[in-house]
Formats: sequence, structure tokens, C-alpha cells
Amino acid sequence: MPDKKIRVLVAKPGLDGHDRGAKVIARCFRDAGFEVIYTGCHQTPEQIASAAIQEDVDVVGLSCLSGAHKYLFPQVVKLLQEQGAGDIAVIGGGIIPDKDMQPLYDAGLKAIFTPGAPLDSLVAWVNENIHPRA
Amino acid sequence: MAELGKRAMEGDIRAASRLIRNMEDNLPGTEAEIKDIFPFTGKAHVIGITGSPGAGKSTLTDEMAAAYRKKDKTVGVMAVDPTSPFTGGALLGDRIRMQRHAEDTGVFVRSLATRGAMGGLSKAVGDGIHVLDAMGKDVIIVETVGVGQQEVEIINHAHTVLVVLVPGMGDEVQALKAGLMEIADIFVINKADRDGASKLYQETLNMLQMGKWDDGWIPPIVTVENVADPISFAQSVSDLTDKIDEHYQFLVKSNILAVRKHRKATAEINESLRATILEPILNELTANGELETMIQKIMKRELDPYSLAELVAKKYMAS
Repeated sequence: MPDKKIRVLVAKPGLDGHDRGAKVIARCFRDAGFEVIYTGCHQTPEQIASAAIQEDVDVVGLSCLSGAHKYLFPQVVKLLQEQGAGDIAVIGGGIIPDKDMQPLYDAGLKAIFTPGAPLDSLVAWVNENIHPRA
Repeated sequence: MAELGKRAMEGDIRAASRLIRNMEDNLPGTEAEIKDIFPFTGKAHVIGITGSPGAGKSTLTDEMAAAYRKKDKTVGVMAVDPTSPFTGGALLGDRIRMQRHAEDTGVFVRSLATRGAMGGLSKAVGDGIHVLDAMGKDVIIVETVGVGQQEVEIINHAHTVLVVLVPGMGDEVQALKAGLMEIADIFVINKADRDGASKLYQETLNMLQMGKWDDGWIPPIVTVENVADPISFAQSVSDLTDKIDEHYQFLVKSNILAVRKHRKATAEINESLRATILEPILNELTANGELETMIQKIMKRELDPYSLAELVAKKYMAS
């Protein structure tokens, strides 16, 4: 019988080794029944976009605690769009100042989660907004 | 030709990955895609890599991909990690070791979850190999989940099987046991800079000397040392790919390749018969509640499982 699983890529772009958050998120998505591809730290936006396409994921979750989110997050969105994969939703998390939120949404981020966001709220967001091959 | 298969063969990565995903998800219509691409398959050298969790399979796969790229070969990788038996979710982490190839269009890496399949692979692996093959990949590396002693399904899919061993996993009797230790075409002793590596080498060698090798290939033991010394690591993995190529040449010359292909075809027809005949019946019996009725009968000892199966067989196979 058909069984459509949600596939998520969790990645850390840029020069940032603080991966505890990304690992917790990956584990939380696993427990929610998603298939989670974790690519580890120090990824370029190009590597992330390419991995997302090779893995045919529905969502890319980016974690950034280095302050470079304003460049890195929109760059992943842009590369996906350029490669005909603009339908893959990009969400982000990390230390994101309030004033950066709107510019990131304007750049195509679908959701942003900051420290303190309950894990359930991430899973709920994915379940509500992501419908694989609907 | 069906859409996804055609696009995959034209080099559309996302179409290829989507096709594999549709197989994993068991979507209707996927068989038609396989029918279309099947005539274009059978050219690639399929290499299986198996061993215990943490033995270094993904790191070796990554370096093997690099070595084959240096030999101007295109590479497809399918890496399998386990699905949770409780939530159905999976954390697929093999790719962490392979991301340096992400921007190389000559390498296509796809992670798969087992989704309940036993044997160290996922059900979609067999057809996934066909997709990568039809895309024209010269070498396809299939990395199993971290296995124990018994998960040997990889032999039904790979032409050359690598069993990766690491020091410190048990005494000599482990090397004598049936199962995993029997399926290797090449043994890799990984992390060979660690204590116990020479003992493991000797035990593996002793085990091999007790075997009969009528077909003429005695599995070589290749030692690979510390990944932290990238130059010698790359060299030993490059040597490993030479051994793998040597094995493939041996398969071709001795015509054992035909035996391996026969084994794969047997597994494939078994699987497709099950999918085409048994699964629709099980689905129907589940949907109409008869399966549950039969379970109740067994639990109440009203009827045994064999008699019930015969009743089902009579109903569906009457013609």
C-alpha cells in the first residue's frame, strides 16, 4: 500500500560547528516519523542545494548560529530556485535577531524558529504545511 | 516512455531521486517506469559494501567514489540506514561523509531508509540500482545498514561484495561463523592502525585458508589505515578499487558474472511475484477484515494457520 513519507534535509551552512541544535531537530523529526537526511557541519549553500535535489526532500531545515544567516539562508533558496527545485520549502533556525526576520521571509524562507521554540511546534508546522507530492 | 524514467535517463537528478522515492513509497504506476528503463540496464558494476555499525563504510564509500572519479568513472551511491520500528522515522547520516562530492555531477548519492526490510537493505534498492544503471553510472556502490552476522541480502544485488571488519569485535571463532563472513569477495580491515589489527588479519587469513575456493578467487584482505592521514588513506582506498576492478575482470573472464546475474534475477522475480500476487491479496484481506477474522480464529484455536492459508489459496487461485 502507498506510504508517502515526508523527507527532510537538516544542514548547517557556513563556518559554524555548533551542531547540538541541528542534531536535536534531526532526532525530533525522526521521532515524528519523517525520513531525515543529516549532512553535518560546514556546508556551502551549493552543497546543501545539491544534496536536497539528490535526496528529493520536501523541506530543507537550516541551522545557523554564526550570524551569517542573512547571506546563507537566502542563497540556498536562490540556488534551489535556479535548479528548478523552488518547490522545496526552506526553513531556518538559530540565533536570528528580530530585525532579520522579515528580510528572510521576503527572501523566500517559509518559517523561522529561534531558541526556545518547542519541538512540537516544528513538527506541527511541517505536518500542516508540507504535503509530499500532493 | 513514462515521464520520470525518461527524464532520469536524460540526466535529471531530481527525476531519478523521485522515481526511487515513488518505489520506496510504493506508489501505483511505478512498475510502468521500471518496465521502460529495464532494457537500458545491466551495464554498471555494482559494488556492495557491508559491515558493522561504525566500521567506516560511509567513509570508505566516499573515498572509493573519489578514486573512481580519478579513473574517469561516473559513480552512483545508494546508502541505507535503519527505519525506526516504533515511529517509522529514520535518521539517514551516511551522507555526512560524502558531501564533498555534492557538487560533482559525476556522483549521485541517494540515502534510503530500510522501512522494515530485513537483510540490511531497503526493498527499493533493487529497482534503485536499475535507475542509476539506466542513468549510465559506471559504478554503483550500495552501502548496507550496519549489519551483524546474518544480513546478507546484498549478495542478491552486488557483483562484488566488500565486508568491512574492524579490530576489537571478538575472537577467532567470530571469523569462523557462517553468514556475513562467507559473502565477502574482498575483506577490508579498516582502522588498521588500531590495536588488534594484525591479529584480525591473521584470523581472517586462517579462516580463508580453511575454505575451498573452487571458482579460483580467494578473497584478498585489504588493510586500510587511519583516515586522519589523508594521503596514505586515499592511496590504500585507491589500491582497494584496483582489487575491486580485478575481481570484476575475474567475474567476466570466468563467467561467474553470469552466476551472479542469475542470483540477482532469481531474487528479482521472487520479489515481483510477491508484490504482484501476494500483496494485493493481503491488502484486500486487510481491507475487508478477513485477515483479522483469521487472526482471531488462530488465537481461539478454531483453525490453524495452514488450513486458513489453504482456504485463501483455494479462493484466489481457483482458475
